[in-house]
Amino acid sequence: MDGEIAWEGNAQPQPIRKRVKRSRTLEARKSFKKHWQLYLVVLPPLLFFLIFKYYPMANAVLAFKDYNVIKGIWGSPWVGLRNFKLFFDNPIFWDLIRNTILLSGYLLLAGFPIPILLALMLNEIRSGRFKRIVQLVTFAPYFISTVVMVSIIMLFLAPRLGFANVALNHMGFDSINFLGEPGMFRSIYVWSDIWQTAGYSAVIYLAALAGIDPTLYEAAKVDGASRFQKIVHVDLPGILPTIVVILILNVGNVMAIGFEKVYLLQNPLNQSTSEIIATYVYSIGLLNANYSFATAVGLFNSFINLVLLLLVNGIAKRLTNSSIW
Amino acid sequence: MQAQAATKRTSIRESTGDRLFMAVVYTILTIVLIAVLYPLIYILSSSISSPAAVTSGRVFLWPVDISFKGFETLFNTPAILTGYGNSIFYTAAGTLISVALTVMIAYPLSRKTFFGRNAIMIIVTFTMIFSGGLIPTYMVVKSLHLIDTRWALLIPNAIWVWQVIIARTFFQASIPDELAEAAEIDGCSDLRFMRSVVIPLSKPILAVLVLMYAVGQWNAYFDALIYLKSANLFPLQLVLRSIIIQNNSSGMMDAMKMVERQQLSELLKYSLIVVATLPVLVIYPFVQRYFVQGMLVGSVKG
Repeated sequence: MDGEIAWEGNAQPQPIRKRVKRSRTLEARKSFKKHWQLYLVVLPPLLFFLIFKYYPMANAVLAFKDYNVIKGIWGSPWVGLRNFKLFFDNPIFWDLIRNTILLSGYLLLAGFPIPILLALMLNEIRSGRFKRIVQLVTFAPYFISTVVMVSIIMLFLAPRLGFANVALNHMGFDSINFLGEPGMFRSIYVWSDIWQTAGYSAVIYLAALAGIDPTLYEAAKVDGASRFQKIVHVDLPGILPTIVVILILNVGNVMAIGFEKVYLLQNPLNQSTSEIIATYVYSIGLLNANYSFATAVGLFNSFINLVLLLLVNGIAKRLTNSSIW
Repeated sequence: MQAQAATKRTSIRESTGDRLFMAVVYTILTIVLIAVLYPLIYILSSSISSPAAVTSGRVFLWPVDISFKGFETLFNTPAILTGYGNSIFYTAAGTLISVALTVMIAYPLSRKTFFGRNAIMIIVTFTMIFSGGLIPTYMVVKSLHLIDTRWALLIPNAIWVWQVIIARTFFQASIPDELAEAAEIDGCSDLRFMRSVVIPLSKPILAVLVLMYAVGQWNAYFDALIYLKSANLFPLQLVLRSIIIQNNSSGMMDAMKMVERQQLSELLKYSLIVVATLPVLVIYPFVQRYFVQGMLVGSVKG
């Protein structure tokens, strides 16, 4: 209805749009003249994004070519979707998809709720040294590098001298070669990740909890809510928008699961569950120098990721009215 | 009634259910605390125990037969000293470049009078959700002849979009446009304004940027893995990987021949972890609030 009314007075919109347009170019010219120094300042970082982020996107045409070192990216012959077909027909295709999705799905299911629970529990402890210590300690592993993290995992789970096996032996059990068991790879990956990042991820929820209107708590108190009821009826609804946004971002990263840690934890014994798209791209592309094929695989991965992000964002927008844009 | 008497100090009565609930919360958090802390203490204790105690699995919590042999050997190993030096260089130079570039894009984008700020912001944030991929990026770095140079670790990943968002949000919130206008009327140029007003007023966000980028650089290894070939350029993390994860101690053979090789090589792994992590973990408690602050600044509007 509103739209129709605006349309009926059709003499009005035209001149307004023109005037707006002219004033925008005028505004731009004025801004350039007045703030030329700022435009100069922004140039180097912009160049960075163009060279190292957008130029690679253009380079991704490699995926549709048969790369030839001498002819270069642009001179190499087009092959259409051949590289993608090769990938889809490859027997490893479904293994890679399954491993990638299972690993990040597991991480999402186990790793997403834990920081929320941690934040809710920490929030119950109003003040004091205990809260500070828990926060300080749980936050700390976030600063351990991936290489060190994997080193720690390997030392703890080493077949002979690792702490886990020494402890098992003490209790009368046989040693387990944890990293050689394909069935254990995902759990090792996911739970070490939770160990490392839960405290860090909880900070955002703690901030959201701190922003909840205090009168809501007073109202809950007057109504005689228990602590648990207060969490369910005040805390959780209060941080729901934050939860949704973080969830979208996490789902949007399902296909982009960290290459580094998987690669470092990988060995020939656990490869059947640890080979994911990212590690495959690395070994095919950089180690075997099969550039075009690896680019196609990587592009496919990025594309699925983008689609997932848009999809989840759309659903979240419908259902909860919060989204990332 | 009893509950009432027991909680004289708090103004609000805690019901039995609530107190039980809090007991559960405290118990869980204590378990979490131990679960996070234990591996860290174990590593530290092992690194200062005797080689024999480590290999025979006698270390459980506290160090056994304290010795600093691991560290001694480490600091006599050229590969590790080179790695350490390189890491310090990459961290210092990389942080400087990254922070400068981040401020250079974040501040102009925070000004309402900057034409095209929204378009640039979209261009920047889009790179967060879509990228050309590993190989195309590698090709760009290669065509710029950065492969196997120190620049490869400093430039291709210099700006993190997330840091730009955080910094821009901070500038928007803390540097009012009126201030810039007033300076303008006084005949102050934009560059001068940035240098003498924005930078001094933005110390909290600069601290956050420095810390985030420095930790990132210190811990980075993937760029070194794909872009570097010469061992004398390797950062510590890459040296670490070859010694612990690939179990390749060839670089340490000289030092190891002198002592009980097998035992020492096991101990060295613990000492290496400590040496590579300590600089970050030691300063962390002092700067933790900046980190938290930084995350909050970014998430308030996010």
